[in-house]
Amino acid sequence: MSFLIDSSIMFTSQVLFFGFGWLFFMRKLFKDYEVRQYVVQVIFSVTFAFSCTMFELIIFEILGVLNSSSRYFHWKLNLCVILLILVFMVPFYIGYFVVSNIRLLHRQKLLFACVLWLTFMYFFWKLGDPFPILSPKHGILSIEQLISRVGVIGVTLMALLSGFGAVNCPYTYMSYFLRNVTDADILALERRLLQTMDMIVSKKKRIAVAHRTMFQRGEVHNKPTGFWGMIKSVTTSVPGSENLSLIQQEVDALEELSRQLFLETADLHATKERIEYSKTFQGKYFNFLGYFFSIYCVWKIFMATINIVFDRVGKTDPVTRGIEITVNYLGIQFDVKFWSQHISFILVGIIIVTSIRGLLITLTKFFYAISSSKSSNVIVLLLAQIMGMYFVSSVLLIRMSMPPEYRIIITEVLGELQFNFYHRWFDVIFLVSALSSILFLYLAHKQAPEKHMAL
Amino acid sequence: MAALDRVKVLVLGDSGVGKSSLVHLLCHNQVLGNPSWTVGCSVDVRIHDYKEGTPEEKTYYIELWDVGGSVGSATSVKSTRAVFYNLLNGIILVHDLTNKKSSQNLYRWSLEALNRDVAPTGVLVTNGDYDREQFADNQIPLLVIGTKLDQIPETKRNEVLTRTAFLAEDFNAEEINLDCTNPRYLAAGSSNAVKLSRFFDKVIEKRYFLRDGNQIPGFSERKRFGGGTVKSLHYD
Repeated sequence: MSFLIDSSIMFTSQVLFFGFGWLFFMRKLFKDYEVRQYVVQVIFSVTFAFSCTMFELIIFEILGVLNSSSRYFHWKLNLCVILLILVFMVPFYIGYFVVSNIRLLHRQKLLFACVLWLTFMYFFWKLGDPFPILSPKHGILSIEQLISRVGVIGVTLMALLSGFGAVNCPYTYMSYFLRNVTDADILALERRLLQTMDMIVSKKKRIAVAHRTMFQRGEVHNKPTGFWGMIKSVTTSVPGSENLSLIQQEVDALEELSRQLFLETADLHATKERIEYSKTFQGKYFNFLGYFFSIYCVWKIFMATINIVFDRVGKTDPVTRGIEITVNYLGIQFDVKFWSQHISFILVGIIIVTSIRGLLITLTKFFYAISSSKSSNVIVLLLAQIMGMYFVSSVLLIRMSMPPEYRIIITEVLGELQFNFYHRWFDVIFLVSALSSILFLYLAHKQAPEKHMAL
Repeated sequence: MAALDRVKVLVLGDSGVGKSSLVHLLCHNQVLGNPSWTVGCSVDVRIHDYKEGTPEEKTYYIELWDVGGSVGSATSVKSTRAVFYNLLNGIILVHDLTNKKSSQNLYRWSLEALNRDVAPTGVLVTNGDYDREQFADNQIPLLVIGTKLDQIPETKRNEVLTRTAFLAEDFNAEEINLDCTNPRYLAAGSSNAVKLSRFFDKVIEKRYFLRDGNQIPGFSERKRFGGGTVKSLHYD
């Protein structure tokens, strides 16, 4: 009986998450596009719903809501469904939509989609070989095999995003890094841009006039088509066409220049806006936060290095350690069991919410930057895949932040994964990502004022 | 050949609707082989015979400025784009017939170019009357072009064409629906070609022949108002 009640609770919450994913998709991601393939929207919302349910189950574990056996059952169910989606459905649909975009392969869409999916599975399987993630006594198609590989990809993603985020956050918040941009600079650059456009226009006019006179005189200048045409054009040439091709080359160079100038001008406008923003109250608040975050970032890099160098993985979670410290050193006595439950609930809750929010925001920004009307379906599915893998591996890593009594269920369900490996791998990738982001931002920052001064 | 007079026509629309293909078709009568992202603005030139076939026939350059980007871009990109909206004589609004949102975004595009941009909220004003008032006293000729006509199945064509007819009415403009990968839509003598010719003639007329009190300067200096962003000339 209680199993039915628990199941209905889980089901309602899943429907809620599904609805949220649906709305997010419609309002935020596909704001400027028309949804023609509802399959994509359904898959995205389903992935989101099942990922959130996993987090919900962790919270229920801490709070002790629902029956223990039904929790276990739902864990298994959830995990199976998510793996099914991430390994079978989403890659297949990605292959299908990629193939539909290519006009040549239109007839045998399904066939090529299956071929692509099999290639994906091959590389996915090969991924497990170089990593010591499994004890060898498990069969081929078990949950542990799939989860271990998904976990590797997801942890890599998490570490890359964290590393870059940890460095980029203080860089964008702090106004110390803002370059000085005046209105005169922007005006000068805009004037250059318009001059370049005018030059392009005048050259194109000459080309157009030349084409028209040739057309009227009856010499139609055809572009050399095909292999034979190209060979012919080497030896024979129409008089006046060499002049034209020279002008055309100049036009191409000028167009490239105009693109560069446009991007630089947009950059200057953005910097000017940031300068104005930093003078407001909100801007000052974020500036202060930026200093705080930079200290946090340095500390994290330091800790990651120590972990790798001294080959240690934290044995106790922060909650228990914090409680130990307060009890032992500060002498405050309180009910450890009661407080550890609530504090870990809050801590884990915060981690979950910020990581979901952070990921959705990053995905949205990424989507706006690279999608077009043709590839929007493929990109959304890729994002759904990334999101699913990200959430699965956060479950793996969150295990570290929980007191031992709550870790049981994760260990039970996920089997004998080498959790320590994942933490070590996270530290390594985090370090690499953070250091390369620092290098990248340093180079970008140094290069910009030099370009700017050269005007 | 003596230097010809010129007019500037802006080509606006969402990313991926086919503006670059359209401009290439208009200027070179050829299909664009490898369309790619337009960064910033790309210009092309078409030579047009004003009042073709009549004794007053005169040749003009029509500069087609194809501005890239999306209507929801960051303010910095919008301010940079505003540089191109200067001194314009006509606007071609391009939308994708297979994507309703690109048609809805045309209102915001036209407002951005005519510099009467209402604060961008997420809600689009699609009340017909409101828009018609805005565009009724607009002096700059508009033309609405719908692309990717070949991708609409025959059964849905009527519905789509009715919708676009309403759209063109809102802008007080003519409309052309075509497929940019097929030059026969703009073949000489077809109704589309006639509409296009009429539009360009109207643009040239407004620029060079109708001066009702508002002098249209021929120099390329810009006026600045209080150090703000660049504003195009208001045609009040």
